[in-house]
Amino acid sequence: MSTSSSNSRVPAIAAVAAGLVGLSLVLIFFVAPEDADQGISQKIFYFHVPIALTAYACFGWGALKALLYLWRREERYDLESYVGIHQGTIFGALTLVTGSIWARASWGVWWAWDSNQLVLFLVLFLFYSAYFMLRFSVEEGPRRANFCAVYALFGVALIPVSFLAIRLAEDFIHPTVFTRDGPQMSGTMFFTFCVAWAGMTALAYALYRVELVGKRLDANLRDLREALTT
Amino acid sequence: MSGYAADVAALARKDLKLELRARDTLPAMLLFVLSTLVVFHFALPEGSGDEAAYGLLWVAIVFTALLGLARAWVPEREHGVLDGLVLATSDRSAIWLGKAIATFAFLAAAELVALPAFALFFQPLDAAAIAGVALANVGICAVGTLLAAMAAASRTRELILPLLFLPLTIPLVVGGVGSSISAEAGDYLLFLALYDGVFAVLSWATFEYVVVE
Repeated sequence: MSTSSSNSRVPAIAAVAAGLVGLSLVLIFFVAPEDADQGISQKIFYFHVPIALTAYACFGWGALKALLYLWRREERYDLESYVGIHQGTIFGALTLVTGSIWARASWGVWWAWDSNQLVLFLVLFLFYSAYFMLRFSVEEGPRRANFCAVYALFGVALIPVSFLAIRLAEDFIHPTVFTRDGPQMSGTMFFTFCVAWAGMTALAYALYRVELVGKRLDANLRDLREALTT
Repeated sequence: MSGYAADVAALARKDLKLELRARDTLPAMLLFVLSTLVVFHFALPEGSGDEAAYGLLWVAIVFTALLGLARAWVPEREHGVLDGLVLATSDRSAIWLGKAIATFAFLAAAELVALPAFALFFQPLDAAAIAGVALANVGICAVGTLLAAMAAASRTRELILPLLFLPLTIPLVVGGVGSSISAEAGDYLLFLALYDGVFAVLSWATFEYVVVE
């Protein structure tokens, strides 16, 4: 079966992810120069931004699988879409946590409505939390898969629309805009950032594959049990 | 009238007629929006500024819409009408469009009372603010009708609808409040029109998957 052969690749993917994350940690703490203005607290940039980008990638991945489900009507896409969004929500929550820590370190407050990125993630976090509420309040089957797929597609439409809305809201809520990190990153810093980003993406992919294997095992076990009891 | 438009018109007319006879939803929405405005008067401390009132108007509009949306699919659910509609030869998106038009009519009727009441109790509204309300109604009804159909088919029903709906209304509230208080209201109206376009097309295209079976 194709699933068992692709399952055997999971340890390799996990090893690559662990290697990249380890390498990025070394680069972040020992190689990349300390920021002149923010000092050590700037290091969280190498976690926060890659985590946020990974969360976007997961939401996009979940929506892509949702679209494939609606198009091809294969059950596996439903599970893949769900797992993608689950990982996206985890990374989204981590974005909120790391963003909050960064806001505390650089502006002295745990929450700043001025930060568009943080506000956008709060909106997305609420939206995708409702995704799980929806999923767990509909009977399993094609109907649930359809609802989840449609809602996941609304999510990718909501990301740019909310982004625009939050930018517009700045004008009447907060006239002043903080700029977090200028584009002036040195070569080493940019390289470190790229490795951290790759590491985080690999980590998310490894987690996605692991969760998918577990969820498929669960489903197979349930089918087996039903077959045995009937 | 072409087949599709005739189907939509018939479905919308069915909902309006049902409401005229039973009078379930609209009186509740009217009373709710008025009560909310009175509550807001007491919720706003003295001297909290005129602009805060515009924000509260939008909260009132969103929650009134939610009240109407929670009832939107009840007739279909209770009498198995939806199964019949799905089996009919018409395009399934016509069911969504008919329902969205009926919901829009209810919401607009509630606002015909709410906006003058708001002007009387709090602040006058200019043309841009009213245009903002009209544009936001389109988005609320487009997205809300689809989500309400999902919620009606779920176990938790009315409980889940606000959770699904409120994150999607945040851009509408931004556009609505902006068009009421900003000097550059045009940008916000444009943004609301963009939202309407994106989500109306998305809802129209995906509704057939929501009523499958």
